[in-house]
Amino acid sequence: MMIDVTGLEFNEINQKLRESDNKVILQGCLGQRFIASGMKDKNIAIDGIPGNALGAYLNGASITVNGNAQDAVGDTMNDGKIIIHGDIGDAAGYAMRGGKIYIKGNAGYRAGIHMKEYQDKVPIMIIGGSAGSFLGEYQAGGVIVVLGLNTNGKLVSNFPCTGMHGGKVYFRGEPPKSVFPKNVCLKLATQEDMKYIEKQIVEYAEIFGYNKDEILNAPFTVATPDSNNPYKQMYVAN
Amino acid sequence: MNNIEGKVRIPSGCAIAAVISKDGNRMTGEKIVESMKPMHDRSNGLGGGFAAYGIYPEYKDFYALHMFFNDRAARKECEAFLKERFEIVKSEIMPTRKIPAITDEPVIWRYFVAPLQSNLHNLQLDEKEYVARTVMKINCEMSGSFVFSSGKNMGAFKAVGFPEDVGVFYKLDEYEGYSWTAHGRYPTNTPGWWGGAHPFTLLDYSIVHNGEISSYDANRRFIEMFGYKCTLQTDTEVITYIMDYLLRVQKLTLNEVASVIAAPFWSTIDSKTDLYDKQKHEYLRTVFPSLLITGPFSIVFGFNGGLMALNDRLKLRSMVVGEKDDKVFIASEEAAIRVMEPNAENMYAPAGGEPVIIKVKEGAF
Amino acid sequence: MALLFYPEFEVVRNENRCIACRVCERQCANEVHTIDSESGLMLSDETKCVNCQRCVSLCPTRALKIVKSDCTFRENANWQDDTIKEIYKQAHSGGVLLSSMGNPKPFPVYWDKILINASQVTNPSIDPLREPMETKVFLGKKPSRIERDEKGNIKFKLPPQLELSMPVMFSAMSYGSISYNAHKSLATAAEELGIYYNTGEGGLHEDFYVYGENTIVQVASGRFGVHEGYLKAGAAVEIKMGQGAKPGIGGHLPGTKIVGDVSRTRMIPEGSDAISPAPHHDIYSIEDLRQLVYSLKEATEYKKPIIVKVAAVHNIAAIASGIARSGADIIAIDGFRGGTGAAPTRIRDNVGIPVELALAAVDKRLRDEGIRNNVSLVVGGSIRSASDVVKAVALGADACYVATAALLALGCHLCRTCQTGKCNWGIATQREELVKRLNPEIGKEHLVNLMVAWRHEIKELMGGMGINSVEVLRGNRLMLRGIGLTEKELEILGISHAGE
Repeated sequence: MMIDVTGLEFNEINQKLRESDNKVILQGCLGQRFIASGMKDKNIAIDGIPGNALGAYLNGASITVNGNAQDAVGDTMNDGKIIIHGDIGDAAGYAMRGGKIYIKGNAGYRAGIHMKEYQDKVPIMIIGGSAGSFLGEYQAGGVIVVLGLNTNGKLVSNFPCTGMHGGKVYFRGEPPKSVFPKNVCLKLATQEDMKYIEKQIVEYAEIFGYNKDEILNAPFTVATPDSNNPYKQMYVAN
Repeated sequence: MNNIEGKVRIPSGCAIAAVISKDGNRMTGEKIVESMKPMHDRSNGLGGGFAAYGIYPEYKDFYALHMFFNDRAARKECEAFLKERFEIVKSEIMPTRKIPAITDEPVIWRYFVAPLQSNLHNLQLDEKEYVARTVMKINCEMSGSFVFSSGKNMGAFKAVGFPEDVGVFYKLDEYEGYSWTAHGRYPTNTPGWWGGAHPFTLLDYSIVHNGEISSYDANRRFIEMFGYKCTLQTDTEVITYIMDYLLRVQKLTLNEVASVIAAPFWSTIDSKTDLYDKQKHEYLRTVFPSLLITGPFSIVFGFNGGLMALNDRLKLRSMVVGEKDDKVFIASEEAAIRVMEPNAENMYAPAGGEPVIIKVKEGAF
Repeated sequence: MALLFYPEFEVVRNENRCIACRVCERQCANEVHTIDSESGLMLSDETKCVNCQRCVSLCPTRALKIVKSDCTFRENANWQDDTIKEIYKQAHSGGVLLSSMGNPKPFPVYWDKILINASQVTNPSIDPLREPMETKVFLGKKPSRIERDEKGNIKFKLPPQLELSMPVMFSAMSYGSISYNAHKSLATAAEELGIYYNTGEGGLHEDFYVYGENTIVQVASGRFGVHEGYLKAGAAVEIKMGQGAKPGIGGHLPGTKIVGDVSRTRMIPEGSDAISPAPHHDIYSIEDLRQLVYSLKEATEYKKPIIVKVAAVHNIAAIASGIARSGADIIAIDGFRGGTGAAPTRIRDNVGIPVELALAAVDKRLRDEGIRNNVSLVVGGSIRSASDVVKAVALGADACYVATAALLALGCHLCRTCQTGKCNWGIATQREELVKRLNPEIGKEHLVNLMVAWRHEIKELMGGMGINSVEVLRGNRLMLRGIGLTEKELEILGISHAGE
């Protein structure tokens, strides 16, 4: 089912989505926010530029954007899949607890900030290009993979993993030159790590038309927090 | 203006009376002035006044501005301002009688005016809003000038003194109107300012009121969000603005207005069986909680073509209504009605919160 | 090791009364009391005592009391005891001082400098026992225009509202910072009272979804336990931007408290720290707040009012004006005396402003801008009594948030050591043997008692003023007078001085 959303307000779009079949194509999208907020069982393709907070609180729906996306995509998402065929703005996947965000291009500042995981829910974000500063800030769980495809080796800008206290960030290729905080350690990915990465990359490569073997044919570095209690020592009872 | 009124809040007790002809028959002011005499003790000589409807048929398409000025200079300044905003078709000194009971009068003038169409167009305002804002501007900003009446084909007449003397002073026996309201004031302070007497008016709305409301500052601070400025700090002023806001701006009916300002208790609303009526009351109370008026009040609200009388929801003030032929009488005390019409019939005291609405037959005013 | 300083409190045990029943020993999670096996006498280690009064309350022979130690440093008005001790603690640990509950410093409490009016002669006071007296309030945005259908009937279109039987709610305290039984007491009491309690930022325990109609669910920067079902479970959603006890500071529940149900409710693994960043990282500017507000409205399909809670800070009037234009339905302002489970001492004691001034400034600003009707105002940060509530409402609040008073009703003795997790009263702890000391049935009863008593007092105060509906007490500042306040303070509060 096709919906032309030219000139529609975001609440009108979401109302139409709630009433529509499960498979929907939105055409003429231009900046409308909160598309598919909290939705469960829709499969939505978007032509045009969706506005901020695309798929906030997403609860199982699939969203494909045939171009770039703006800020706060997948804010606090719980489940589902968001595929971006271009670049993505700042604070992508803020506090996401489950589901997947696949980005073909680059991510802005603070990608994967405060991602979490819980029981069987382990969110994953794969960034095809490079990530901006503060990647994985406050990360408490989940997995971020930065592939650095077509970026001349650039993976991430400054201050990655600030305040990280859970989860993992994988970097493909040469380890990033950025300064990581003291309580985050960088290691070469283990075989087990690679098995996990491969599983994720299969789907990613298929969606964006890459050869998975070419992607995997490079070393991967993994960043993890040293301690689960990074700030405990800072306080004295008064 | 150089006076204490408006600087502090002055609660006051009062006497009110009103008469209206449903057929639009015009009466002189004599009877209503007389009616205030038996209620003499409800006033203390510090304010009396009247509002009359249908008194200017020859100028019925023009706003009649009744004004007090401190002196000639204030009048000249204000007239210059008026000329920028209105076409003035007539201006004259208000006719009065010199009597010993009324002294220290200000300069009193009246003007019949029409808004300048070019101004209306530029400001994108409707005519009434334009007049209301102008009145508010003069009363707030031009010291020494005060508009005490601004409706079409109606007028207020008020002064410091007992109401029966005020009526004589303004020669009300020479006016003819189809509807009259009257007020005698008992302020608990000594303002001695003419503008502070009642009725209080805005456009053709006038209020006479008895009682001190406890919701005053909640009402005032709410209504002032919508461009009204309570310069006098009196209950009557704030009630007038509430009426204007609900009727003219929100376009509520008189009955709906009564449901806002004298809203039934929640328990009463909950027990209503008519679903629309119940929902309406719930809705109006939820939307306008700050316009509920609590504490004692009885008011008579005058407008072109009718009157509404209303008591607070606990009925803490007295008010009686009687009829005779085409006329309906309202007063704080039955005695006042008997002065106007010894043979008045169907005398009753309306219940708290239940509005008595009397409208003149369509086309008869 | 040498003592840093003499203990703050002394345990005074009347040996004539003590029967060595060892109740004190069993009751003290801080392990102050022990028995000397040889002599059979009870001993105390006062260095561990936090003066929570648990042992005092439960000693069957009233043999115990805790007193402030009279061992002091040499008197010095500048270098007071606390200041010196704090220096010692930091010199030995290198740590940031961490405290609990509200600001204990002697800042002015404006509630205590405001007096309430009563009717005499010119209008009647009302007897609240025998005449109707209404305390019901609706919180939420009010429509600016009445609309009618083609028949001329009013369309009853109304943004979502919260209906409160009285202008008080229990404010946010997360499950994790307080116990299951404390939350259960609050939830059941809110239900019985016809008011609301607030989950705080720790998610909503599965057992408490049944109280959803009386629950406000909170979304804070950590987004713990936030998912679609949670958002839809409550009657309203509160975005926590800040907290009075620690404006500008995030939260940090240590991994040791993330166990069992707390981990499940927050939806994070056991033992993992729960860190709430200082800001919401999707809100760096006021227009971003609008984005979060509307994303929550979309997720809850416009059925729930959205509350934005902020700490009272210097520029609060302008901030509130921005919030009122952001689509929020309710603004909650938390003053600097508000409580907390843990906050850096320096922040708690030095940042923010009193809620009375913040409220007065915000209410005035919103009215000056003509947007007071866009939002309801809820204030918290040490509302201690019914008269505080009446004063807050008369200054302009639609309702008050109370938390410390509610904790006191549950047994809290304000020892201000919540951060240790060893609350002997079963409130600020997750230790099972401590939690079960708080019986949620009795907890509920005490909360209901407290609020019922306050409601009576509110009615009595209103009746004295001749007001029989709390709606028109709201913003009725003429009913208030200041005492001993400066011109400037009176100007900000928008009230006259007593005698004027």
